Parts: sequence; structure tokens; C-alpha cells
Amino acid sequence: MNEALLTLLFFAAVSFGFMSGLLIIVAYLLWADRKIWAAVQMRRGPNVVGPWGLFQSFADLIKFALKEVVIPDGANKGVFVIAPLVTASLALAAWAVVPVSEGSFLGLVEGKWVIADINVGILYLFALSSLGVYGVIMGGWASNSKYPFLSALRSAAQMVSYEVSIGFVIVTVLLCAGSMNLTEIVRSQSTGLGTMLGLPGSFLDWYFLPLLPMFVIFFVSALAETNRPPFDLVEAESELVAGFMVEYSSTPYLLFMLGEYVAIVLMCAMTTILFLGGWLPIVDAPPFNWIPGILWFLLKVIFVFFMFAMVKAIVPRYRYDQLMRLGWKVFLPISLFWVALTAGVLVTFGWAP
Amino acid sequence: MAAALFFYLFAAIAVASAVMVISARNPVHSVLFLILCFFNAAGLFVLLGAEFLAMILVVVYVGAVAVLFLFVVMMLDVDFVELREGMLNYLPVGVSIGFIVLVDLALVVGSWATDPASVQARGAPTPEGVSNTEALGRILYTDFIFYFQAAGLVLLVAMVGAIVLTLRHKQGVKRQSIAEQVARRPATAIEVVKVKPGQGI
Repeated sequence: MNEALLTLLFFAAVSFGFMSGLLIIVAYLLWADRKIWAAVQMRRGPNVVGPWGLFQSFADLIKFALKEVVIPDGANKGVFVIAPLVTASLALAAWAVVPVSEGSFLGLVEGKWVIADINVGILYLFALSSLGVYGVIMGGWASNSKYPFLSALRSAAQMVSYEVSIGFVIVTVLLCAGSMNLTEIVRSQSTGLGTMLGLPGSFLDWYFLPLLPMFVIFFVSALAETNRPPFDLVEAESELVAGFMVEYSSTPYLLFMLGEYVAIVLMCAMTTILFLGGWLPIVDAPPFNWIPGILWFLLKVIFVFFMFAMVKAIVPRYRYDQLMRLGWKVFLPISLFWVALTAGVLVTFGWAP
Repeated sequence: MAAALFFYLFAAIAVASAVMVISARNPVHSVLFLILCFFNAAGLFVLLGAEFLAMILVVVYVGAVAVLFLFVVMMLDVDFVELREGMLNYLPVGVSIGFIVLVDLALVVGSWATDPASVQARGAPTPEGVSNTEALGRILYTDFIFYFQAAGLVLLVAMVGAIVLTLRHKQGVKRQSIAEQVARRPATAIEVVKVKPGQGI
């Protein structure tokens, strides 16, 4: 009994530590997002709070937390309050299965660096990211207002559409890796195309090269799944004011915002794990393999996030029918074809794991 | 100990939310409780060691089917007072159908003979040394591939049928052809016209 309680406490402590680290990283990524956006538009961006505006996110946090929570009179109160909680907690819960590194580090950690090492890790991530739509729908409906409702309907259709192609992309990677455990997927990328070409343990081994079309599709679908520009039709300000968040203020709004950014960083981490070799160094030779794996993982996540931010700054917003066309008529056939092709190649050459 | 605790937690929430599905006044609340029920059923699957099934339940039912449910229910504008008006008229028919189904179920379950081997298999859902997903895959794609493909074909036919019945191309609506737009060149798109002063085209 005592032992079970100790294990529980240990897990709670580790989870809390991981979550606080994650939230601090998300706070700085939010700041970086705004800075990059500003730089592309030749503005300064947040630069008042702290040196280079480094404490801007924390100032925003305090501001949101201290404001008054306004619940509209006609709103469905229970659902209205639960919706942002659903968004934030689902986005955070997904991180439980994300492995950030492997091996021992200063004798503190051994083996896999993950909170819950489950067999169907990738499916868990897929399931939780597909649940992200509920926060938006519930919030939009419960606001009892026209624009949020329209936004909720849009987002429901959009997120369900792009999940299909994300699912197929994941299937292709699973075919190559032969496992649904995220750590195993990363491990399987230590040998591959680069080894065949005579450069073992290099970045050529990662799946982004042999599965390049799928990498692109996954990246674009990840943008659509997290409602990032150019697919942010859910909160297209010229049409829907602020989308499903119109009626939200203060902490509930903060939770929506937080959940959205945590989900975006999760998608970056998923891209890193599936295509960019997780914590593997770009070349498995000194000085690159002296750098701890977690730093590689972080660097890659930041790189993918930088691409997300650049897309936000550069690409104009899609029209809704074009968005649907892209999802169903372009991505779905290509990814379906690529699943068949990958399976065929793996079986023909006997590379199937 | 912990497993039992979680079993009772999931089971209690599942049953309670199932009751709420039929007793909630607002249909959207009903769907939300249904989703909660699915979620706890997935939790029960995890406790049984059927992790793949649990995740697929969440992906398919909660992530896709229930979203569409919610989508439709939100847009319905049902007047419940009107809906309840004819309830007494239909009550006898409903009760008799329910009774017949109950009798059917009792007959089927009562005459059910279970193979002792399968009872044993139920205790160990996953064969030794094989992961849950692999075991399911072997059954679906190796042992029963024909039935699986046949079921898939039936669904495909249903899907094609639904599309054939509902797809209608409206005349007189401007549509965008992206390929055509991309294929446009200045030579075909622009016409240079020499206009004499004061004449117009």
C-alpha cells in the first residue's frame, strides 16, 4: 500500500516537473512566435516587458488571471466553463506519452525519458489530437451567439477532414517503423536510407527523406489540425470576429490560448518524432553526439515551430472551399496512394520490419 | 487494488453518464454525456489489456462519429413539447416492441452454449509473446481476411449508394477549376486590342 502511494507520488512529481518545463517552453515559444511574425512584417514585436520583451508571456498570464470572468447571460453555463478546460487538459494530457530522450543522464534518469511508455503511443496521440475539436465545438455552441457557433461548425468539419490524412501519414510511418511505441519509432530511424547510402547514423536515416511527400502532407495537415494560419478559418477575424472565442474573457480565454499553443508544440514534437529522428543527433559522431539527446529534441521542435511561425507570417489565409478541396481531393488520394506504395516497396524488397 | 479502483471509477461514470444520456433535457447535453460514456468504456478496455481497441474507440467513435452527432444535434431545432405530445398514443406500440426484443434476447441468451475452450481464451485476451495490436491484426488480416474484405465491400457499396443518392450537380453555379486557373498563360488570357481614339471597342 505504502509502496503504491510512493509510486503515485513519484509519478505526480515527475509529471508536474515535466508539465512546468513544458509550459515555460510554450511561454517562450509564444513569445518567439510573436517576435518572428513581427520581424517578417518589419515590426519590433513585444519588447517592453523585460529585456527584448522576454517576460511578455508571463505578464500576459498575470493580466489574464486577474481580469474578470464574464459569462454571457444566454450562455449554457456548464458547457461554457468546461470547454476551455477540455481544450487545455487534453492538449497537456497528450504529452504524457511523448518521449523526449533516451539513455542515462548524470545518473538521474535511466532508459526511456517518458512519463507513460505505452505500446500504442502514437494512437494515443492521434486520439487525443482528434479530441481537440471538442473544446472548440463546446465553446462555440455554449456561447449561444452566431459567430462562435459558425466557427464551431467550421472547425468541426475542418479538423475531422484533416485527421483523415494525418491518420494515413501515421500509418505510412508505422509501416516503416513496425511499432506503435514512440520510442521504437525514433529508434528505427537510427538505420535506414543513410545506412544504405554509406552514411550510417546520419540525418539521411530519418523518415523525412524516403517519405518526403508524407512529411509535407503531415506538416500542412498539422497546421490545419491546430487551426494555425493559413488554415485559421475558425477565428478568421474578417468573417467571424474572433471565432469561437468571441464570448470568452480572462482565464477561460487563457486556457483556450494555452491549449492551442500546447497542441501546436505537440504537433511539432510529433513531426520531430515521426520524421526528424526525435533525439538522434544529425550525425552520430563527435562533436554532435556529445550533445545530450534532449537538446537535439528541443532544437528540432524549435526548428519545426519556426517553420510554423514563418508559415503564419508569410502565407495568406485559405478560402473555406479551397481548404476542404485540399483536404479531401488532394491530400487524401496522395496519402492513400503512398500507403499502398510504401507497403508494396517494403514487401517487395523485404524491408518490412 | 489500483486496477479495481479504476474499474469502479470508470464503470460508475459510464453507467451514470449513460443514464444522463436518456434523462438530460437538452439533446446536446445528451450527446456530451454519450461522449463521456464512450470515454469511460475506452478506459475499461485499457483495464482489460485491450489498449488498441480502447484507442480506436476514442479515435473512431469519439473523434469522428460523435463529432458528426454533435454537429447534427446542435443544428436541429427540436420542439420537445410538440415531440412529447403524441407520446401516449405511441406508448403501447413502443412497449410491445420492447417486450418482443426482450423475449428474443432471453431466448437467444438462454439457449447459448459456450465452448469451454473459448471461455478459457476469454481470460487471456492476448496470446503470449504477441502484442495486443499484432494479435488483432493477425485475426483480422490473416485468419479472417475474406470476411473482413467482404464487410469492407458492403460498406463501400453503402457509401457509393449514399453518394449516388445525394450528389446533385446544380446547373448555373460558377465553379472553380484550379487546374484551369493554373494552366492559364498570358497568351491565352490577355488580348491586346488597338483602339482608335474616340471609337471604343
